[in-house]
Amino acid sequence: MTTMISWTAANSRKLARQERRRRLGPLGVLTHLALLLWTLLTVVPILWTFLASVKSEDEIFGDAWSMPAALRWDNFARAWEQAHIGQYMLNSVIVVSFSTFGTMLIGSMAAYVLARYPFRGNRAIYLLFVSGLAFPVYLALTPLFFVVQNMGNVPVVGPFIGLNTHAGLVLVYIAYSMPFTVFFLSAFFRTLPRAVGEAAMVDGASHTRVFFQIMLPMARPGIISITIFNILGQWNQYQLPLVLLQERDKWVLTQGIADISTAAGYDQDWSALFAALTLAILPMLVVYTVFQRQIQSGLTSGALK
Amino acid sequence: MIFNRYRRGLFITSFLAAPVILYLVYVISPYIQAFYIAMTDWRGVTATPRFIGLDNFERLLGDGTFWKAVSHNGALLLLLPLITIVIALFFAFLLNVGGPQGVTGIRGSKFYRVVFFFPQVLAVAVVAVLFQQVFRPDGSGMLNGPLMALGLPPIGFLSDPDVAFWSVLGVMVWQAVGFYVVLFSAGLASIPRDMFEAAQIDGAGRLSLFFRITLPLLWDTVQVAWVYLGILALDVFAIVWVMTDQHGGPDFSTTVMAAEIYRNAFQYFRFGYASALGVVMFFFTVGFAILSLRLSRRERIEY
Repeated sequence: MTTMISWTAANSRKLARQERRRRLGPLGVLTHLALLLWTLLTVVPILWTFLASVKSEDEIFGDAWSMPAALRWDNFARAWEQAHIGQYMLNSVIVVSFSTFGTMLIGSMAAYVLARYPFRGNRAIYLLFVSGLAFPVYLALTPLFFVVQNMGNVPVVGPFIGLNTHAGLVLVYIAYSMPFTVFFLSAFFRTLPRAVGEAAMVDGASHTRVFFQIMLPMARPGIISITIFNILGQWNQYQLPLVLLQERDKWVLTQGIADISTAAGYDQDWSALFAALTLAILPMLVVYTVFQRQIQSGLTSGALK
Repeated sequence: MIFNRYRRGLFITSFLAAPVILYLVYVISPYIQAFYIAMTDWRGVTATPRFIGLDNFERLLGDGTFWKAVSHNGALLLLLPLITIVIALFFAFLLNVGGPQGVTGIRGSKFYRVVFFFPQVLAVAVVAVLFQQVFRPDGSGMLNGPLMALGLPPIGFLSDPDVAFWSVLGVMVWQAVGFYVVLFSAGLASIPRDMFEAAQIDGAGRLSLFFRITLPLLWDTVQVAWVYLGILALDVFAIVWVMTDQHGGPDFSTTVMAAEIYRNAFQYFRFGYASALGVVMFFFTVGFAILSLRLSRRERIEY
């Protein structure tokens, strides 16, 4: 009896679906057309750049859509060596690995304490961090330049954290990543159960140990999301290094790429420009394609908190 | 007991010390200093800045270039969220509810989501150089090549003052759409399928499915998107500075507040005046944030 009912229910459902499909039918083609159009809009400029990266100088200045007669891989060698893309990329890797690690370490420490330990001034400190979300960084640029310059005069560590130093930029990145990191992670820590940590405390674990061995592992999903968010944001940062790193050999990748179009004009080496662009784009797309699920959820869950 | 409280206090202090000090030194103190510098005539050459009260602000009222920049930010503030959200909602709807049954995702929706998101992971500076090449004014440009092959005159995407602003807007939309498609898709995924099924059984077509079901249930997410895109429009710098001729040209036709602040501070070395521009920008941004928080507190739809 019950199977009978479910059979007819399933059947009538199928009929209803077919009826609906008929009503919505012709739109299906248009739907795919619209999606295809945006796919092309997204992909074609990138592919066109990849194509130009193996063209010769004359081919680049010729018809935009001509195929290269021969694949000029030496463009990449020139971009890597003479345009210093290799150096810039290495600088970016160094800066971002330290700054993201530092951001996550002290950001999660602050977020945890602010989320879990009520004390006088807690709310004020939290608001101090979070208010940074609404400030435009451009207001702080001039004084920040001089703050970092003055840091260079601090005894002993000064030479390492002043202007034109990677460690100086790392500290600035960490500080400017605090608002979002603290905001997001303290919301996350608040959702975690208290019982586990309290049980560990009763067993004699210290506050610090509870944080590193219990709370941090429990907060893994949130930590991963916000780490991805910070890596991308700091890797793509342009404004702060533009002000704080003025010596060419210290530059990060975004500075190198932004300057290379000016440089390409002087050196008459546009094919190296396209090769450099490809070198900047391709690794990001590969990494993104591999981790696309984590990256998408990492970035969007940040927005929805 | 006292020992426990002492340990707790020590723990809190030791965990907060580094982040708070770093944040005060590099973030809070520059912002506070900026408000003071804005009231001085500090230039790169003068050793001691002189306090001049509100003179900088008086001067900026008559600064045509700055107000041009403000008007561009204003135009972006209206157009960027509007265009991006409309396109992103459209695609998110097609990808998630636009399938042949009307309630399921379309075939290949995962592929589209991955591809649409591509531009989002690229640095703005990289995108700017990329489009500099795409927009080349002669037959070697990706867009002008085909145009000229068809016998049409080339478009000065970046060299024509009437067109350049729209090129900037176009690139910003190009980069932003994918993120919001994914964001709205996540929002749509949390709406129960029965909603759409029930509406369809009641005879709702695609249009009413979108306007009567999707949009109201997604309204919260749309508001979040609106605020984010609004901040993006007010904060825009790299795309203008790197992509356009003469950093905001031609003839200041694409310049924005951030570009004028940077230009005044680090090219003209007018630190005082640049900070005054920064203060104005600060109030615009904070004003927008407060206004959007006020307006967006509507009742949530529970489901």
